[in-house]
Amino acid sequence: MRKAPNIFMRRTVFSAAATFLGTVFALPLVWFVFAPFNARAELGLAIPSPFTLSNFATVFQNTFAMQALLNSLIQAAGGVVLVGAAATLAAYALSRSPIPGKGAVTYILLLFSSVVSGSAAMVPIFLIISAAGLIDTHLAVILVFAGGLLPTAMFILRDFIDAIPRSYEESAMVAGASPLQAFFDVALPVIRPGIVVVLVWAFVNIWGSFLIPFILLRSDKLMPASVAIYSFYSEAGTPIVTLLAAYSLIYSLPVVALYLFVNWKFGFRFFGGIKS
Amino acid sequence: MASVEFQNISKSFGAFVAVPDISFQIADGEFICLLGPSGCGKTTSLRMIAGLETPSSGRVMIGGRDVTYLHPKDRGISMVFQDYALYPHMNIADNIAYPLKVRGEQETRRHARAKEVADVLKIGDLLKRLPSQISGGQQQRTSLARALVYPSEVYLFDEPLSNLDAKLRLEARGFLNHLQRDMGMTAVYVTHDQAEAMALATRIAVMDKGRIVQFAPPIEIYRRPATTFVANFVGNPPMNLVPVEVSIGEGALLLRANGLQLAPIALTDVIAKAAKSGRMTLGVRPEHLRIAVAGDQNVVSGELFANENMGPESLVTLERGDNGRVTARIFTDDEIKVGTSVHLAFDARHITLFDDSGARIPAADER
Ligand SMILES: Nc1ncnc2c1ncn2[C@@H]1O[C@H](COP(=O)(O)OP(=O)(O)OP(=O)(O)O)[C@@H](O)[C@H]1O
Ligand SMILES: [Mg+2]
Repeated sequence: MRKAPNIFMRRTVFSAAATFLGTVFALPLVWFVFAPFNARAELGLAIPSPFTLSNFATVFQNTFAMQALLNSLIQAAGGVVLVGAAATLAAYALSRSPIPGKGAVTYILLLFSSVVSGSAAMVPIFLIISAAGLIDTHLAVILVFAGGLLPTAMFILRDFIDAIPRSYEESAMVAGASPLQAFFDVALPVIRPGIVVVLVWAFVNIWGSFLIPFILLRSDKLMPASVAIYSFYSEAGTPIVTLLAAYSLIYSLPVVALYLFVNWKFGFRFFGGIKS
Repeated sequence: MASVEFQNISKSFGAFVAVPDISFQIADGEFICLLGPSGCGKTTSLRMIAGLETPSSGRVMIGGRDVTYLHPKDRGISMVFQDYALYPHMNIADNIAYPLKVRGEQETRRHARAKEVADVLKIGDLLKRLPSQISGGQQQRTSLARALVYPSEVYLFDEPLSNLDAKLRLEARGFLNHLQRDMGMTAVYVTHDQAEAMALATRIAVMDKGRIVQFAPPIEIYRRPATTFVANFVGNPPMNLVPVEVSIGEGALLLRANGLQLAPIALTDVIAKAAKSGRMTLGVRPEHLRIAVAGDQNVVSGELFANENMGPESLVTLERGDNGRVTARIFTDDEIKVGTSVHLAFDARHITLFDDSGARIPAADER
């Protein structure tokens, strides 16, 4: 009981510190929410008055910016599908089959992945892609992203699958299922939460990436949103804050929506069925 | 239904030898129990029949066909897993009906069949739930139902009743017994529970450290345990084993141990040979002991250690000096106080002798 004032002091100090930190992190977000609706937005924080949608109207009329959003979607979707499918199959094989040295394979791939998607590899990647005649295509961007993200995705998924008891598939096979049936009927649904995590991770990665599409693409009509944001700069190189803010908000919405959707639809883990 | 055969099967995990060398034959329609302590290789043996584990050497035959390298789905088996292995994303009905689904049965038909089996196992009103939403015992019955929902050549059960309460366990045991008699299923059934093995099996394989120590009908295992290990494993409570010093005098075998008073035993060649080591183990089943009266020839005495009333009968345990206890299963209303001395008697025909190495010595009236 005598300690009570002491605890009170500590709580107060802790709360004050937490509030300060929270504010520091929240301010940019507050700006991010307010600025798009402010016709005279500056880099400083201001409550919109009057509240207006004119910034959005301007952005929506900008066909280049709209096309860029679509391009982002194409590239992200393509990359996600490729990474998801390939990583699932590869990780499943690495986890379940008795291939000797499979542990080493995974680690070496992981080591290389940080090189492949890193800026150090930009020159060789550019050369390979141009030798393949794929410069200035969606496919180039999709392939490079898939190559860069696959090893990490495989690594995450293999860990996830390793943690799932084999008896699920074994009981399916004893019941008469072929390995393929056991995979699709039993293993895939059980590892789906892991796959979804990898898909979201890959989507966010591709959606936010600037360097790779910037280097591999030339024509305006293929540029993704991350590159298109640069069109909201004046000739002199100063940002047009109003448009930039509105476009940024639109640009971030798919990621938020994806997160909410996944959380709603897959935001639970399967468990049970195995005696622990 | 089909026969099962192991031909010189061994199984190692890396450097660890789980099963050194097993051979046995199971005839069509037999119900075999694998009985043995934890880690003795029961599950491993079962998994080799199922095809989930490939033997390191040897051959597995089902119905006369070499299936050693055949995929599990092509072996015509069904199996209850020790850890249930229910599909967590399917409800109970779909879990039970899954084997019918892969066999291409249409949905209404397979659900009707699943309901039938589920009803027998008293999980008929849980069909809409997920495995995580039912109890351990209910999960185990779901797993059992899934194995019984379709006809198989061989049924493999890995401790399928271990998680049920006493009443449900008896019911499920009765149900399996009925199934076996009704349709003559070939089954290999793993259990720790010797009572379960006694009740269900046509033959019991007692395993120890990856070897089969004895493979015989339950009554044979009970009456003539091949080794002290088997004797110690079967029976409730298991056979009393008393290490004795032996000598031969006046043409008979004399046994000596603390608190033991025994009439001389008639010599046979085998007994005489085993007596050379000077040591044997005397075995007497608890149910063959009674409170001694004056004139009893074979008596074991000691202080009362425990007296457990089991309803109709009591388990009376006495302590013979410093080396070991002897338990008797007797019908008595008498209240015996802990610490008082107790004398238990038994008939000479209920004596089992084991030699120095623990192997049973055949009695005089055996071939
Ligand atoms: N995959 C494996 N790798 C290494 N050792 C294993 C493996 N599977 C089983 N073993 C070992 O083989 C031995 C036999 O195992 P098994 O599962 O057959 O025992 P069990 O008789 O079924 O025991 P329990 O009654 O506890 O289920 C054990 O010592 C176990 O540790
Ligand atoms: Mg086991």
